[in-house]
Amino acid sequence: MTDKPALTLEKVCKRYGKAEILKGISLTVKPGERVALLGHNGAGKTTLMKLILGLTKLTAGRITVAGAEPGSAAARRASTYLPEAVAFHKLLSGREQLRLFARLAGESPRCVEPLLERVGLGEAAGRRIGTWSKGMRQRLGLAQALLGQPRVALLDEPTSGLDPISRHDLYAVIDEIAARGAAVLIASHALTEVEARTDRIAILRQGRLVADDTLEQLRAQAGLPIRLRLTAQRDGAEELQTRLGGLRVNGTAVELHCRPEEKMDRLARITALGGLVADVEMAPPSLEDLYRHYSGEDRR
Amino acid sequence: MMSRILAVSASEFAIARRNRWVFMATGIMTLFALALTFAGAAPTGSLGVDLLTVSVASMTTLSVYLTPLLALLMAFDAIAGEAERGGLALLMTYPVSRGELLLGKFAAQLGVLAFAVMVGFGAAGATAALAGGAGAESLAALARLIGTSILLGGAFLALGYAVSAVGGSSTGAAGLAAGLWLVFVVLYDLGLLGAVVFDDGGTFTRTVFPWLLTVNPADAFRLWNVAAAEGVALATGMTGAASALPAWAAPAALILWPLLALGLARIAFGRIEP
Repeated sequence: MTDKPALTLEKVCKRYGKAEILKGISLTVKPGERVALLGHNGAGKTTLMKLILGLTKLTAGRITVAGAEPGSAAARRASTYLPEAVAFHKLLSGREQLRLFARLAGESPRCVEPLLERVGLGEAAGRRIGTWSKGMRQRLGLAQALLGQPRVALLDEPTSGLDPISRHDLYAVIDEIAARGAAVLIASHALTEVEARTDRIAILRQGRLVADDTLEQLRAQAGLPIRLRLTAQRDGAEELQTRLGGLRVNGTAVELHCRPEEKMDRLARITALGGLVADVEMAPPSLEDLYRHYSGEDRR
Repeated sequence: MMSRILAVSASEFAIARRNRWVFMATGIMTLFALALTFAGAAPTGSLGVDLLTVSVASMTTLSVYLTPLLALLMAFDAIAGEAERGGLALLMTYPVSRGELLLGKFAAQLGVLAFAVMVGFGAAGATAALAGGAGAESLAALARLIGTSILLGGAFLALGYAVSAVGGSSTGAAGLAAGLWLVFVVLYDLGLLGAVVFDDGGTFTRTVFPWLLTVNPADAFRLWNVAAAEGVALATGMTGAASALPAWAAPAALILWPLLALGLARIAFGRIEP
């Protein structure tokens, strides 16, 4: 494994007619690295993936996939793709469909059976895909993404429509792909889905990359306030508010916001109030808050 | 390259078998061919040819209509349907070229069509030969009919792919395919007929008209079958145009058409962004 990026994007721009979908995206993914690509519907995630796959042409900028031009035979061999809505032919069995992909990828048809077992489709493989559930089709999509030795793996909303157990399996497979040295890019619209499973998070907003860092760094940079919710002893809420400021939430509670570095100081002041406070609840900014902050939804 | 074409072909053939295209195409061909053979049993005596010759002549006319129709019906969804389902985008991320995809589908569907033609016309031919006799010449005519029908089917399969790529959606492609059939099989001939009647035996009829017939694969198919066998020509009454052309013209046109149409389909397919 080298540190040379398996996937590089330099000032990538894409325009459909007058609409500018992507405005100068630069991003690199190293072998074995898992990067989450987040953004709302229409932020340009799928377009970016299509550019990397060579399915659509760049307006400006440069992309290399394992050192090759997107869409070239070398790039196609080096990359795998799991589309958001996996559409296979209804009349083919899972085994036949995967065998077709294996042969197109230049792999031996013998690798098909172990792969089907790997994604838990060993028993259903002989039945026609038309009779399968959505989760099963998604697993087949994953199986085809595992074909060969991918150096770049692109997964578009891989968890959409999956139950929690399948989701868990899915991430186990993704970890495996990364462990074998592939650069993994996972598009999603929810931070909560990818949080624990990625090394880095990139956020797209209206065609621009507004964040590209680890979760911890993003948290620190955002400096989102910590929320403290105090429950007062009977009738004490008013006094609590005059002493500490903040907002009355209902008859007995007061809500305070403070920056992470002020947290200890605040807590000390709260404890000093003694019996006036019945309870303290502390909530660090949630992933949802963080995502909203970067994707520009928190301007109220 | 070959292994990828074969892979596409194999799965395409499995699909054709399961959506009953193999069964339907063969059934339709056989049914019509047999019906025409029995209906054509009457005029044998008056023309002084064997029943197989008459049968081939009627099947030639049948094939002009039916083969392009079956080919277009099989082909129109090949690209548009795949693109609509989203399967095309995934396929295109594999190291398989558009040309290879196209050739793989073409090989499978031409195989289905060839099977249908051979079984259908073969069965009708065998029936006619058993019932009314056959000579070496009429057997050759039957073989020619089968071979040229496959070429004709190939031309329209490829035209169907072109239409499928241009149509944008399955329904759009279906509409275009229907239009294509109407133009090539019906309207083109009507137009030429009108021109010939208007010209009333002038230079157009004698020099331009026969060449215009070779431009249309359906007419080239008819000409080839008519020109090559006297008996068939007699039975279809198309000797005039056939004798005005060099012998190679119609075969050349019919052999070139599938290649040309495949080229067109490849260009149209190249413009699709999945």
